[in-house]
Amino acid sequence: MASIHNEHEPLGGSILSKTTLICGILAFIAVVLLAKRMILGLGAVTNLNNGYPWGIWIVYDVVIGTAFACGGYAMAILTYILNKGEYHPLVRPALLASCFGYTLGGISIVFDLGRWWNAWHILVPAYMQTNSVMFEVALCVMAYILVLWIEFAPAILTRFHLTHLRKKLDKVLFVFIGLGVLLPSMHQSSLGTLLVVMGYQIHELWQTPILPLLFLMSAITMGFSIVVFEALLGASGFQRSVKHEIPQLGKLAGIIRMMMIAYLVIRFGDLAVRGHLGAIFSSGIKSVMFVLEIALFATPIVLFSSAQKRASKKFLWIGACCLLLAGALYRLDAFLVAYQTGPGWSYFPSVQELLVTIGIIAAEILLYIVFVRKFPVFYTHKLTPAELAAAHTK
Amino acid sequence: MTVNRRNFIKGAAGGGAALATAAVVSVPSPAQARPNKEMSPNAVGLLFDSTLCVGCKACVAGCKEANGLPVDVNTSDALWDTPLDIGPKTYNVIKLYADGTADHKDQERDGFAFIKKSCMHCVDPSCVSVCPVSAMTKDAKTGIVGYNPDICIGCRYCVASCPFGVPQSEFDTPVPKIKKCEMCRHRQAEGKIPACAEVCPTGATIFGPLTAINEEIARRRAMKAGEANVFERRTIGSGDTHERPAAQYIDHVYGETEVGGTQFRHMAGVSFEKLGYPNLREKSFASESEGIQHTLYKGLIAPAVVLGGLVWAAKRASHIDDEHPEE
Repeated sequence: MASIHNEHEPLGGSILSKTTLICGILAFIAVVLLAKRMILGLGAVTNLNNGYPWGIWIVYDVVIGTAFACGGYAMAILTYILNKGEYHPLVRPALLASCFGYTLGGISIVFDLGRWWNAWHILVPAYMQTNSVMFEVALCVMAYILVLWIEFAPAILTRFHLTHLRKKLDKVLFVFIGLGVLLPSMHQSSLGTLLVVMGYQIHELWQTPILPLLFLMSAITMGFSIVVFEALLGASGFQRSVKHEIPQLGKLAGIIRMMMIAYLVIRFGDLAVRGHLGAIFSSGIKSVMFVLEIALFATPIVLFSSAQKRASKKFLWIGACCLLLAGALYRLDAFLVAYQTGPGWSYFPSVQELLVTIGIIAAEILLYIVFVRKFPVFYTHKLTPAELAAAHTK
Repeated sequence: MTVNRRNFIKGAAGGGAALATAAVVSVPSPAQARPNKEMSPNAVGLLFDSTLCVGCKACVAGCKEANGLPVDVNTSDALWDTPLDIGPKTYNVIKLYADGTADHKDQERDGFAFIKKSCMHCVDPSCVSVCPVSAMTKDAKTGIVGYNPDICIGCRYCVASCPFGVPQSEFDTPVPKIKKCEMCRHRQAEGKIPACAEVCPTGATIFGPLTAINEEIARRRAMKAGEANVFERRTIGSGDTHERPAAQYIDHVYGETEVGGTQFRHMAGVSFEKLGYPNLREKSFASESEGIQHTLYKGLIAPAVVLGGLVWAAKRASHIDDEHPEE
């Protein structure tokens, strides 16, 4: 049996810092605004209307937010399903970010539901409507949040020295790892399928029966990118050496590159098959957004084109950021920019609506910092005592 | 962690096989999309004849009274019920098409025409297909698309998906409902007809079984423009008739084929494109989306197979962990 106590260690250090304080204040503002929404209704806080019934609480907090939270999913595919043990050190930090991304996404759905007190109806067999893509997404996301916390549980059990429980969990963890790959594959693709039924209301540059495939591919790539992003950000934020992880991050960049080439081939192939290539140039602002999106998707292909480039922290950082922006923009475009709901309707999020989304992101960052300082999340590697000490005093 | 080469290759191959299975089953085949749903033989519906409408809006007022809807004020003096479109306070509206001098009724150029907008009661409705909790339902017999707020979770997927923009959510209350025409099913339960058809003075909106409505549409299509004809009010077969010269109908009857057909049919003298009706294909959007879902998830067989492969691969990886403990 592997020695399980020394693989990961809490970073330690003080939770209170400028970053955590600002995050705390932003999260508190969101809580106040959500209270206002509960008392007065969605219209008091958001700019939602019957032409745009879904705003950024759905498109950012859920559709984009859960794709950003695909790090745990992408790393599980690589480490456990493709069985590449070398990525093991990157798994737990990714998993933690996924836990918060999904949990807060799930919570924000409840605030977006007009009749949230009926939300439990999703679980009532008599009400379940299995033709509904929304039903599948809702059930899968709920189940996956649970699975994520079970996958992360070893860190918590270790922290509280519940070794007995941890050993029991280790014996069945592979079942949850399997579920932890199946469930996101299902709902990340279904987030794309959600739009298929909207037919002509989604502009032809985005509407296609292969939306589920495009959403799934971009979600997995965003998952790999967020791992690169978090490893580099965590390294600078916690003054933690990332040199042991750079070779693996470089390999992730190689995977990202191959997946993006495949994604763009499929995306343009689909446009060609449907005969809508011309729409790239003739759709006004939508053309601009489409080109911007494709440019961002294509940037990592260039940046990650050689092993040398993939070993550069700068290239890794810029490439991962471009891809994350690309995936986010793809989702924003498909759900809001491409949504043509008829004349007379417009939507741009209100300040209060934006503050709630910002507060949720702040809460995720805050919780992440607290957890990596208090729980064994980061891999210890062969950090030199000096490096470890530096991390601890920070 | 050390992984020997043999195990690594075996594991990677196994995982790859599991992923490949997942990829294969998750590529939807359009050929497997289900066909459009069929109309119930006992379906009821409405026929709106734009050429008979005089724009009195009695149907708008009648609907509000029958459904207990408040006024929808849009003028500064706030004296009148002035809905601009359907909305949470208005289930049906009459709108005006006007072109040029607007001198001639039911004429595309320099003419005018009236338009009615309300729920089309699709044969294969998107709103019913997308509702995660069966709050939006289609009556198996009458085909009426109804809503149950006691089940609804307020996700507004029905609002987003409807190709006609019909279901409307309330945003100004902490306890919002979805609001739409339910063909006055509460009145039909008492043996009455929808209020809009009940109050229409010219029979521009009439109610009846779809079979009778189809016969009436055929009768009107055969009419010669300008010749006197008899038109019924309220329902087909009501006996409450008036006589007037038939207008020149365009050939297209809106709702016969659109998104697999609707139980609310529209006839007009001006093209529906000009009147602002969306130009829709025959294949229902619900059939396409459900086709993808059913291809992937029918009986949960594909997910179960994939899960088996994934769990097997994960188990394999954890075995390797046990065999080769941390250095």
